[in-house]
Amino acid sequence: MNALDQIFVSLQRALAGLAPVPARPLLAMILNIAGLMAVFGTCFALTTILERKILGRMQNRFGPNRVGPCGLFQPLADGIKMLIKEDIVPFSADKTLHFLAPLALTVPVWLAFAVLPFGRNMSAVELDAGILFFFAIGSASELAVFMAGWSSQNKYSLLGAMRAIAQMISYEVPLVLAGVPVLMAAGSLSLPDIVQAQSGFVLGCVPRWNVFTPWGLAGFTLFLIAAAAESNRCPFDLPEGESELIAGYLTEYSGFKYALFFLGEYLGLFAVTGLAVTLFLGGWQAPAAWLDWLPSWGWFAAKFSALIFLFIWVRATLPRLRLDQLLMFAWKFLVPLALVNLFVAAVWWKWPAPLTARWLVCAALLAAPYVWLGRTWNGPTSQERHYHYAE
Amino acid sequence: MLGRGILRGLVETWRNFQGSYYDPARLTTVQYPEEKLPPQENARTIPFLVYDGDDPMAGLRCTACSICAAECPAHCIHIVKDTAKKPDYLGKMQLQPKVFNIDMAVCMECGICAEVCPFDSIKMDHVFELSSSDPDMVLQKTDLAKSNDYFRKIHPTEAAAVDAARAAEQRKAQAKKEAVPGPSAV
Repeated sequence: MNALDQIFVSLQRALAGLAPVPARPLLAMILNIAGLMAVFGTCFALTTILERKILGRMQNRFGPNRVGPCGLFQPLADGIKMLIKEDIVPFSADKTLHFLAPLALTVPVWLAFAVLPFGRNMSAVELDAGILFFFAIGSASELAVFMAGWSSQNKYSLLGAMRAIAQMISYEVPLVLAGVPVLMAAGSLSLPDIVQAQSGFVLGCVPRWNVFTPWGLAGFTLFLIAAAAESNRCPFDLPEGESELIAGYLTEYSGFKYALFFLGEYLGLFAVTGLAVTLFLGGWQAPAAWLDWLPSWGWFAAKFSALIFLFIWVRATLPRLRLDQLLMFAWKFLVPLALVNLFVAAVWWKWPAPLTARWLVCAALLAAPYVWLGRTWNGPTSQERHYHYAE
Repeated sequence: MLGRGILRGLVETWRNFQGSYYDPARLTTVQYPEEKLPPQENARTIPFLVYDGDDPMAGLRCTACSICAAECPAHCIHIVKDTAKKPDYLGKMQLQPKVFNIDMAVCMECGICAEVCPFDSIKMDHVFELSSSDPDMVLQKTDLAKSNDYFRKIHPTEAAAVDAARAAEQRKAQAKKEAVPGPSAV
């Protein structure tokens, strides 16, 4: 445990130590909150510009490159623009709910960061049931989205919000189910314990991360798909599908409230990505023993950035789904696969066979339902399409 | 539906992403104010008046015949004839415009004026960065006059044809003048 690894922990202790003794716990908490908000606020700003630049490159164009060197001050310009825009509230809107909805989205999302272990000894709150807290807090965003859609008194907003509810509730199921095998493996609901359970190496070189097991790989993929849908990312961004719904539940929002929704959406993505890193990629653990000298929070940041890049990459690649396809995909493909994955994880842990045999059997147990479901979930007529009204 | 298409798509976007850093074919954006594409030869924007020689007002080809003003579908050309005449390229005395105004707020850059001009005087330009804070968008004949060299530069094919035709006419006029020395030859 070197000094660099614990630099933020010791800095927080030192700063909190400056206060009189009774105020110390409070100050320590405030420092945690300030640190989280500063880091992930900056992360939000950086992601908006990097996402636009990477999307641009993937679509054969430069991204924004006008404001500042390489366009890096673009988030600043966007922020100023958002702040000085007029805040329009529709005449017939429910003004209280309309005002509260962006707050109700952003606050729980910030709370979710409290339990994530960003490095060794680096989680703001060490809850015994951290993952439960995370999912409970995460599902609060549905309420906020529906508040936004309902209070706007606009059919597009309401339709967008209803889509969002249908989508988020459907995808919450595979999201949690994909995470459950990890809890079975770690035998704990506490996120630092889950990270600790993934320490060490198999065969001397492969890290004991969950993603390097058959059920972990399947669970990781399911988790990422469900996470993209949970945070309304492309290809699951139907709630704000501008081709059909103008901007969904965001239609009647402008100025800083709109920016808050944007912030909430990105922070939700960050939180669920952080959880994916924690559950499947070994959290802050280094991928090899000789790389342990790098600080643990650096490893977390690296894995986190890689996953965010993956989300941007997928966004650049895939078009939006149709709503019925989206829901069918959740209930007919992801949920059954997640249940199968639970069973496979049980086989992996309870079957006392050599590693290779377990690997082969578990992979086969996952691959067979994958192929079968993949060929059937969209119905037998998925190849031939009938356009009733066009014929 | 096993995800092969998704993987293929991901490979394609990845190729774009890394190719955009070294392959110019994958990054075709022209960053306009700094980089400009050379305009096409047959591009047209606003009309301009061609003049020969060095003095724009003395060498103006326009004879104030007002055909362009009559043909202009938007009626954006305003011509007032001058009382004083000046010799044209064949030495004939021709009228000249006292006022030749084009209202650029009305002009729709159709190029009909250039097509109907029998004196190859009005032609279409290549300039397009014309925005200004001046609300008066009427261009005077002094603003419109541009040299034949400029015309040759922007429309080389058309200018060469015009120059050849005018040189031929000049030669013909010269020959006629030499062939008519006096009444004794008749």
